Amino acid sequence: MAKDQYSLGQVTMRTGGMRGGRAMEKPHDFKSAWKQILQYGRAYRLQIFVILFSATTAVLLNLFGPNRLKYITDEVVKGMDTGSMNMPAVIRTGILVAGMYLLSAGLMYLQSFLTTRTSTGITHDMRRDISRKINSIPLSRLDSSSFGDLLSRVTNDVDTISESLSMSAMQMIRGIVTFIGCTVAMMITHVPLAIVALGSSILGFLFMNVIIRRSQKYFVLRQRYLGEMNGHIEEMYAGHIIVKSYNGEDDSVERFEDINEKLYVNNYMSQFLSGMMMPFMELVANLGYLAVCVAGAMMTARGMISFGTIIAFIVYVKIFTQPLGMVAQAVTALQSGAAAAERVFMFLGEEEMDPETGKQKDFTAEKGEVAFDHIRFGYTPERTIIHDFSFTARPGMKVAIVGPTGAGKTTIVNLLMRFYEVDSGSISIDGTKITDMTRANVRDLFGMVLQDTWLFEGSIRDNLIYGNQDATDQDVVNACKKVGLHRFISSLRDGYDTVINDAFSLSSGQRQLMTIARAMISNRPLLILDEATSSVDTRTEQIVQDAMDDLTKGRTSFTIAHRLSTIRGADVILVMQDGDIVEQGDHESLLKKGGFYAELWNSQFVNAQAI
Amino acid sequence: MKTMLKYMRAAHWRLFALTALFMFIQTWLDLKLPDYMSDITELVQTGKATTGALLHLGAYMLLCAVGTTLMAITSNYTSARMAASFSRDLRSSIFHKVQTFSKEEIDRFSTASLITRSTNDVVQIQNFVSRGLRMLVRVPIIVGLALVKISTRYWQWTAVTGLTVLLVLSVIVILIKYAHPRFRRMQRLTDEVNRTMQENMTGMRVIRAYNAEEYQMNAFETANFNLMDNERKARSVMLLMPSTNQFANNALTVAIYCIGAYPIMKAGSPGEQLLIFTDMVVFSTYASKMLMGVSSLEMIFNMLPRASTSAERIAEILNTDSTIVGGGYRGTEADADRKGGSIEFRNVSFSYPGTAATALKDVSFRADSGETIGIIGSTASGKTSLVSLIPRLYDATEGEVLVDGKNVRDYDTDVLRSKLSYVTQGAVLFTGTVASNVSYGKKTGFSAGASDAGGTGTASAAGPASGTDAAEDPEKTRRIWNAIDIAQAREFVEKMGGKLKGVVNRGGSNISGGQKQRLAIARGVYRDPEIYIFDDAFSALDYKTDRTLREALKDNFEGATVLIVASRIATIRNADRIIVLDGGSIVGEGSHEELMKNCNVYREIAYTQLSEEELK
Repeated sequence: MAKDQYSLGQVTMRTGGMRGGRAMEKPHDFKSAWKQILQYGRAYRLQIFVILFSATTAVLLNLFGPNRLKYITDEVVKGMDTGSMNMPAVIRTGILVAGMYLLSAGLMYLQSFLTTRTSTGITHDMRRDISRKINSIPLSRLDSSSFGDLLSRVTNDVDTISESLSMSAMQMIRGIVTFIGCTVAMMITHVPLAIVALGSSILGFLFMNVIIRRSQKYFVLRQRYLGEMNGHIEEMYAGHIIVKSYNGEDDSVERFEDINEKLYVNNYMSQFLSGMMMPFMELVANLGYLAVCVAGAMMTARGMISFGTIIAFIVYVKIFTQPLGMVAQAVTALQSGAAAAERVFMFLGEEEMDPETGKQKDFTAEKGEVAFDHIRFGYTPERTIIHDFSFTARPGMKVAIVGPTGAGKTTIVNLLMRFYEVDSGSISIDGTKITDMTRANVRDLFGMVLQDTWLFEGSIRDNLIYGNQDATDQDVVNACKKVGLHRFISSLRDGYDTVINDAFSLSSGQRQLMTIARAMISNRPLLILDEATSSVDTRTEQIVQDAMDDLTKGRTSFTIAHRLSTIRGADVILVMQDGDIVEQGDHESLLKKGGFYAELWNSQFVNAQAI
Repeated sequence: MKTMLKYMRAAHWRLFALTALFMFIQTWLDLKLPDYMSDITELVQTGKATTGALLHLGAYMLLCAVGTTLMAITSNYTSARMAASFSRDLRSSIFHKVQTFSKEEIDRFSTASLITRSTNDVVQIQNFVSRGLRMLVRVPIIVGLALVKISTRYWQWTAVTGLTVLLVLSVIVILIKYAHPRFRRMQRLTDEVNRTMQENMTGMRVIRAYNAEEYQMNAFETANFNLMDNERKARSVMLLMPSTNQFANNALTVAIYCIGAYPIMKAGSPGEQLLIFTDMVVFSTYASKMLMGVSSLEMIFNMLPRASTSAERIAEILNTDSTIVGGGYRGTEADADRKGGSIEFRNVSFSYPGTAATALKDVSFRADSGETIGIIGSTASGKTSLVSLIPRLYDATEGEVLVDGKNVRDYDTDVLRSKLSYVTQGAVLFTGTVASNVSYGKKTGFSAGASDAGGTGTASAAGPASGTDAAEDPEKTRRIWNAIDIAQAREFVEKMGGKLKGVVNRGGSNISGGQKQRLAIARGVYRDPEIYIFDDAFSALDYKTDRTLREALKDNFEGATVLIVASRIATIRNADRIIVLDGGSIVGEGSHEELMKNCNVYREIAYTQLSEEELK
């Protein structure tokens, strides 16, 4: 009993209670899921063997106790009858039994200790593999919208597996061994009484099963409404301004109360029904106890058994009812563990990028000429985005890519960096095809400033030298001076060692400048710039622009432009529309042409009336 | 935890009392069982165990057992109800409270924290109330009743039992002392693991571009290892608990039997021996029940710190009052004609609560009914702060904001907000359909019925729940389409399966940023207000869409006052008047041409966006 409560407490603690109710989730293929989980256990073979051994021994020792207890009782009863008791024998047996119990407790601890080590080890390995997997899956897969969901589930799933392993597997082993051991022990002690005890217990257990199945429905519903509730709360809080300024409070409260009431009903029903488990277990125990007492007394009265046998049986019945409940609970948890594992393994089974053995690893772009040769590409086979694109960027050229939102400007970047692979045609740098180099090699050639000003939690310095761990402090300071960040960083208490995290964050402009500095420090021969300016104020924008201009000097660069005014100085402008490159040329020639670019350019100056 | 008791209402206390009562009966019956056992023992030993007598006692025992179960079920029911209704009411109180909060309180707590407080923390409390409180009631009852039953017997037994109980208790305390900080750390380390992985995901492009996969994997591995290590330590210690309990229980039984052997041996007559013997059997049963009760305290110790932290966090919300309280002014006859819409700022200064820096400094301007005003300035120049004072998301620190000549503080907030449509930069959509999102909200006014197609006046006109009715109300459907047309959203709405009934997922995750923005604009248009506020609402659109949209909006603005906050000059250059903000002060006001001539800040902004010859 104490054991079960213990595990409940732990579960709550670990999962923050969100999944405390544990709605049963059915796996598609229970067996294969657990087979895969056990694969992970191979590294822990020795531990698992010791676990099984110590669990069995501990349970058997525990079962042996009642047998000795019977001996003491009989000795005492005999003493009463004869008037002289064999005291040393009683004491000896007492000490023996106590010793056995101590050993059993020790083994039980050893078992749970090793189980914890194994289960935490396995989940650690799983997480490690997931992390490795994330970094070796093609971006095309990562970009798909369903992926983020999958990942967030996977991290939760690992927790579920861990729980399932440490609690349920342990219970399962112990439950089964106890069940078998206890049955055998009872049978050995006295067959008819054993049948009485077993019969009453099993009857009660069947009844309990009905309740468990009943309560399942409420658990599922409760989980659903809890999800709905959390979703509603999240949405309303996040959209607070809109709720307020559109006077949507009444509607929001109405929906809340509706969900809250449904949640309430399913909450107490599921709790009530699951709470019936314990009383029923106790009833089963009591029924067994009662049956043993009455039947046993009758048999004793007729001299069929000794009184000690009854005492032993009372303890056996107590022990016997435990594993039934344990196994029932464990099965539920093992199933949700299997369902979780299925998702984890589905993720781990994702196709990885092609291996790159034998490819060129240390190609350096001396000149910086980038040639696109009859490129054909589509994100999905059904829809070709780039049909036949050829273009050569001469060394040091500034190439700008423009087009309306959603025209697929980033596609070019994706192909250049080999985030995606072309369907046909080729891209080469200084005459070497990028597919003949390793992906790491290709990416080593490019410095990148993206619209997404991603920084990780770490010191400013670590963020800056991200692409070039060998950079000296002087390099870092120089770069920051160039982008105008040095003064600001120096004013911080910890200077370049200031850690960027929730408590200290940079403004979007500063973040942008950080990424530019990072690209400067990485000092790569080619450059990709994704102009991000909508979130930056006009003055910072000027600084960012200057810093970017400085960065492009002497490097072949590709700029994804959002502001038409800034690309007039580009050597070549590629105009994209609906995922295709429709025009190319410099600013003047494109304007003269009077095509899509000219229309785009002029649209910002049309004297629309009013507004 | 005490703070939470304050929120227990009479109904909860009643259920609590019932639970305690049922538990008492249950325990009493449960402890009655060994008494019958002792009777049976006596019968057997004295040779009076006839089948009839045994069955008679057996029937009583059965009654007891069934009674115990019934009581357990009943008390379980009442306690489940109590916990569930308590959490329901608590959740409801929190939600209602947060609904009254102004932006200031939301900012103070942060949205994320408010969400965990209203969801996770409530579940935490519920768990404690349902399991912990039950246990807390049950343990004293078991211990108390068992003590009464056994205190009269042989003292050595009592001593051994007491000693064991003390031992178990002290083990519990020691282990918990050791393990608790580790469990708390475990939570933090789990967050760390998730954060690192999240970081890896969001920064994927940069990571690959810089070939930093190894670096990220190492960072993750460190977090991963720390979590495992800490978890192992914490759990290994707590796992001592069940072993200790089991051993203590078994050892106690053996000890009682061994000790019992002496008095039995010394006792004179067989009858006396028998008495002691039956006592012994019964005593060991009581003792083990008592010990089990005590060891279950461990669970409470486990839950308590967490639950009380949650309780404190919830109490913090419930004890916070909104700083913005509506006035009683509900408008006049004139408002019904919707002739109003004038806005005036009189020497307004504003700083965000809890910060020293001033966001707005002595701002004064007037927007007459029907005027279109553009507001421009660099980031952090106070544009958003300025417009958020109009719907009273915040209150001005100094000076007054007037709408139709009346201070906004005097208005009933519902009435004030019914006069305007506020369209924010990050478009917020709600779960529901296109129709429910566009027709979101309600209008309250002096006689708002005149402008509301539903003619429902102050009643809730349309929320996501009622949005599905749109199809049945042709007038409403027409207005929704009209708003969608103006917001340039028809093309993609028609492509969505179900059109107006097209499903909008949580947070609008199934539609793109630009499309969300257009639906948010449609929502503002549908409201047909006297005042429009567009807070950088056009920036997510490309130039072309931006322009067509503004042209379409123009026709709809007939008579309405419009404030447009923008970062792009092109968006506002044709406004009646443009206000230029810099560092929280107005540094220029006038038409585009005027400002180009006499406002440095404006010119600077303009030159970074448009080339010089184009500006002339």
